[in-house]
Amino acid sequence: MKDEVDTREDRVANLKGMGCSRKRVEDARFTQGKGNYVDDIKLDGMLFGDFVRSPYAHARIKSIDTAAALEVPGVLAVLTAADLEPLGLHWMPTLAGDKQMVLADGKVLFQGQEVAFVVAEDRYAAADGIELVEVEYEELPVIVNPFEALKSDVVLREDLMGEGGSLPDGAHGPRKHHNHIFTWDAGDKEPTEEVIANADVVATESMYYHRTHPCPLETCGCVASMDKVNGKLTLWGTFQAPHAIRTVVSLISGIEEHNIRVVSPDIGGGFGNKVGAYPGYVCSVVASIVTGKPVKWIEDRMDNLMTTAFARDYHMTGKISATKEGKITGLHCHVTADHGGFDACADPTKFPAGFMNICTGSYDIPTAYLEVDGVYTNKAPGGVSYRCSFRVTEAVYFIERMIEVLAIKLDMDAAELRRINFIKKEQFPYQAALGWEYDSGDYHTAWDKALKTVDYDGLRAEQAQRVEDFKAGKTRKLMGIGLSFFTEIVGAGPVKNCDILGLGMFDSCEIRIHPTGSAIARLGTISQGQGHATTFAQILASEIGLPADSITIEEGDTDTAPYGLGTYGSRSTPVAGAATAMAGRKIRAKAQMIAAYLLEVHDNDVEFDVDRFVVKGAPEKFKTMKEIAFAAYNQAIPGIEPGLEAVSYYDPPNMTYPFGAYVCVMDIDVDTGVPEIRRFYALDDCGTRINPMIIEGQVHGGLTEALAVALGQEIAYDDMGNCKTGTLMDFFLPTAWEVPNYETDYTVTPSPHHPIGAKGVGESPHVGGVPCFSNAVQDAFRPFGNTHTNMPHDHWRIWKTANELGLHG
Amino acid sequence: MIPAAFEYYRPQDMAGVLAILEEHGDDARVMAGGHSLIPMMKLRMAEVPHLIDLQDVGGLSDITVEASRIVIGAMVTQADIIDSAELTAAAPILREAALQIADPQVRYMGTVGGNVANGDPGNDMPGLMQCLDATFTLVGSDGERDVPARDFYEAAYMTARDDEEVLTAVSIPLPSGGYAYEKQKRKIGDYATAAASVQITQSGGTCTSAAIAMTNLSDTPIFSEAAGAALVGTALDDAAIKSSVAAMLNDIDPTEDNRGPIAFKKHVAGVILRRAIERAWSRA
Repeated sequence: MKDEVDTREDRVANLKGMGCSRKRVEDARFTQGKGNYVDDIKLDGMLFGDFVRSPYAHARIKSIDTAAALEVPGVLAVLTAADLEPLGLHWMPTLAGDKQMVLADGKVLFQGQEVAFVVAEDRYAAADGIELVEVEYEELPVIVNPFEALKSDVVLREDLMGEGGSLPDGAHGPRKHHNHIFTWDAGDKEPTEEVIANADVVATESMYYHRTHPCPLETCGCVASMDKVNGKLTLWGTFQAPHAIRTVVSLISGIEEHNIRVVSPDIGGGFGNKVGAYPGYVCSVVASIVTGKPVKWIEDRMDNLMTTAFARDYHMTGKISATKEGKITGLHCHVTADHGGFDACADPTKFPAGFMNICTGSYDIPTAYLEVDGVYTNKAPGGVSYRCSFRVTEAVYFIERMIEVLAIKLDMDAAELRRINFIKKEQFPYQAALGWEYDSGDYHTAWDKALKTVDYDGLRAEQAQRVEDFKAGKTRKLMGIGLSFFTEIVGAGPVKNCDILGLGMFDSCEIRIHPTGSAIARLGTISQGQGHATTFAQILASEIGLPADSITIEEGDTDTAPYGLGTYGSRSTPVAGAATAMAGRKIRAKAQMIAAYLLEVHDNDVEFDVDRFVVKGAPEKFKTMKEIAFAAYNQAIPGIEPGLEAVSYYDPPNMTYPFGAYVCVMDIDVDTGVPEIRRFYALDDCGTRINPMIIEGQVHGGLTEALAVALGQEIAYDDMGNCKTGTLMDFFLPTAWEVPNYETDYTVTPSPHHPIGAKGVGESPHVGGVPCFSNAVQDAFRPFGNTHTNMPHDHWRIWKTANELGLHG
Repeated sequence: MIPAAFEYYRPQDMAGVLAILEEHGDDARVMAGGHSLIPMMKLRMAEVPHLIDLQDVGGLSDITVEASRIVIGAMVTQADIIDSAELTAAAPILREAALQIADPQVRYMGTVGGNVANGDPGNDMPGLMQCLDATFTLVGSDGERDVPARDFYEAAYMTARDDEEVLTAVSIPLPSGGYAYEKQKRKIGDYATAAASVQITQSGGTCTSAAIAMTNLSDTPIFSEAAGAALVGTALDDAAIKSSVAAMLNDIDPTEDNRGPIAFKKHVAGVILRRAIERAWSRA
C-alpha cells in the first residue's frame, strides 16, 4: 500500500490542511466566467421589477399616477405604498430597531428613495414604465448636517412623534430631540472628565470620518419565486446572512419559515453592503405573490451608490490626556452619528454604535468614556461596517489620529508614544476601560519588527532632510511617514451579548463523511470572495485527516445549510471556523471508537496521527480515516450507530482581537496635491494562519479599499441633499494603476479561546490601513504646523492643506 | 441605466448615413465609439430615437502621414494612435495624449472623431487639436467643408457642426519642435482636473513659436493665443513662463465640481502648464 511508504511529511502535505497555501478551488469557475451570480438566474416567465425613485431629498408626496406607466407594453403592475399597506408591508423593520418605508408612505426622506415598484416583462419595459409614473411632490426643507438636524424645527420622522408632539423613547432609550435617534455610552464619565481636567497634557481634536460606500462590484439584487401550488417561496439574492433574511422575511410576511428557502448564490463582494434588508427584496416577494411569477430586481450602479447601505458618517471629538512623559491617562470620545433618514445600521442589537467602544485601541488607557448620539438627516440610510467589524474602522481611525495629535502636543515621536502605551504581552487577557476583554496580543514584538523592517530611524532622517530641502527651495515634494497600530474586535459573537433581531450570533457547521472517505460540510456563513470553500476544507482536513481536495464546502442555501448568522465583521473564521473544527472533532471522536474496534484495542489505546489512528506504541498498526469512513457504513459495530456525521453550533466565549502594525511612506506634491505611495508595509497578526496565500490576498484587498477611503472615496451631498457621487466617475474605486506594491509580513499570536487559535483577517487591513494612509498625509505637513485635516485626502483637499499652511508662497 | 427605445442603423456608406440624417434631423445622431453617447442615452440625458452606427462605413479608419500634414480618419481609435509608429514619429504628442485618455478598454473603442465632435469639455483631443491647429472635415448633403479646430467649439456640446453633418477626418499640419501633453486627473478613467497641450519650436535657444491649449477648464477647450505669444522671442526663462501662465489664466474659466473649487483648478492649471512648457522646451 502507498500509505506504508509515505513519510509523515508526505501524509501531512497530502492533506493540504492548515498552514498550506492551497490554491483557491473557487477560482476555476470565476476565472472562466462560470460563476453563478443572482443576475445569472433566469427562470421561465420571470418578470423584472425596478423602482421609481425620489429626485428630492425631502418632500411630501401629493399624488402618484400610474395610469400612463401601465399603458407601456410589457408593464404588468405598479406597486405603491397604498398597495402594500393592506399587507402591512409598506414599512419594514430595520436591523437597528427602527422601521423603514418599503415604498414612500406620504413622504420621502432621501434622494433616491423608493417611491413605486414597476413590474414588467423585462427590464427595458420596466425602465420605460418608470419614466411615465407621475409623482407630484411638495418640497420640504432639507437637512443634510446632523448638527443642524438637532437644532431644527423640521421634523423628519413624523411617524415617531407621540401624542401632542411628545417624544416617545426609541429602540435604544430616550430621545433628546425629534431628529435624535439614541444616545449610547460606555465607560466612566465623571472619572474620565476628572482625569482629563487634572492631567499634565491634554490633546483635543475634532474629526469627521466622511460618508463612503462599500461599492461591491456586484450590486444588490434578488429573484423571488412564489410557488402558489405548494405555498413555497424561494428567494435567491445577494445576502451576506441568508438565514437571518429567511427569518426576517417570515416575520414580516407571515409566511411560515419552513415554506421559505433563501439561497445566496455566488456573491461578487459584499463588504457590509449586503447585510441589511432592502425594499427591493420585499417588493420582489410581493410582486411574485401578486403575479404568480418569479420576479427579479437588480440594482444598477447608481442605485447601489445612492440608496443601499452607506458606511461611516461619524463626527468624532476626542480628548486624550497624558503625563509629561507620554503615559496616557484618559480618553474621552463623543460621536455625532449621521444615520440618514432611517436607522438601518447593521449592528448587533445591543450595540447601536457597533463596537465603537474598542476606541481605546491597542493602548493601556486606564480611564475612558464614549458617548454616541445617533441623528436623522435627509440622506440615504445605512451605517454598515464596510470591510470591518461593527464601527471598528471609525474607532481605530479615531484613536490612531488621537495618538498622532497627542504626539504633536508632547513633541514626541509618534512611534515611541505608541510603544510606551501599548498593552503589554503579560497583561492579556486585558480588561479594557470601555468593557472588552482582549484575548491575546504581543504588540511590542510586532511594532519592533515593523519599524526595523522599514528602517524607521532612517526614514525619519530622510524626512528631516527633505524638509530642509523644501525650505531651501530644492524640492516641492514633502515626505510623510504614516504609522498605525490597530486592534480589531471580530467574531461576533457571544450569544450572551450579541444578537441581531433576537437571533444569537453563533454559527454552525454540519459534516457528512461519505463511505469512500470524502466529505461534504455545510456552514451557516456565505463567502463573497473570501475563499471559504478553500479554507474551511483546510481546517477540516487537519481535524479529520481527509484531504482538503476530498471535502466539498457548501454554503448559502437555507434548505440545506445549518442555521447561522452569515458572513460580515470577520466572523466566519472566528465563529463558523470554530464550529467547523468542533464538528470535525466530533467526527474524530467517533472515528477513534471505530478504529479501536477495528484494531481490537481499547478506545484509549489508539491515537490520532495526521490521517489515521494508530495503536499507541505500535505505529505499524493503524487504520486510515478512509478505512474508518468505510467501516462506519459497512460494519455492525456494537454500541455505535452507523454513519459518520456531526454538527456543531458554536457560541464563542469571547471575541477575537487580531492586530497589526502598518507603515506607509508617501511623497506629496505640494503644488498639485497629488500623493504618491512609495512604500506600504503591513504586518498582520491574525492568530493561527490557515492559508497564507489567501491571507495575503485579503490584506491586499483590504489595503486597497483603505487607500480608496483615505484618498478620495466618498458619498457627498450638496445642500439640497443631492448625491454628488452617484457614478464611478466621481466615486473613487481604485484600479491596478492607483494601487502601490504592498509588502506583507506577520507574527502569530493564537487566540487562546478559539479551537484552532485563528482570529480572522479579512477586515484587519482595512481597519489598520485607513489611518495609516491618512497619517502619512498628515505627517508630511506636521513640520509646518498641521495637526489634523479630514479625509478623504483627494488632490484638492491636500492642496488646500498646503495652501492654508502657506506653502504656495 | 436603461436607454429609451431607439432605432439602430448600420449603413454601409456615407451616402446612407447622410440620408438617414436628412430624414430625421436632430432626432438622429451618428455614433463612432459610443463612449460618450451611450452613457448619456443610458442616463436618459440624451434621447436619440435614431442611432446611426458608423462602424461599417468604409474609409474612416486610415492614418495618413503626408509631406506637410497628417490626416486621421474619424473612426481611428485611441488605441490605433498609440500603436501607429509612423504617426508617433510624425507627431509624438498624439501618442502621449492618447495614453492619458481613460483606460485600455475604452481606448480600443473610443475614436478621434467621436472625441473631437462630441464637444464634451472633458475630452482631451479637442484641446490637443487646437494646439496643433488641426482642421476638421465635415460632410453633409451639400458636400464637404473644413472648419479649424480653433473655431469649432462654441459651448459645452455645442459645435460648428450642423445636425446633418458628419465629422469624417482631422487634418493636422506636420508639427515640429518640442511637445508635451500634461494632465492631472484623480484616477484612471477620469477627465482632467487640468490638462495642457504645448508645442514649441526654438532657434538658437530662443522660442520661435508656441501653441498652448487647455482642457476641461472652461465649457470649451481653450486655445490661449496669448499664452503662446508670451513665450515667443524669449529664452523660456522663469519670467516668460510666468507671463505665459498668467495669460492662460486670463483665458480659462473653470467651474467648481467634485475635482475641487475654482481657486484650486486655476492653481493646478498654472502648475500643469508650467510643467508642460518645461517638458516641451526640453524636447524642442
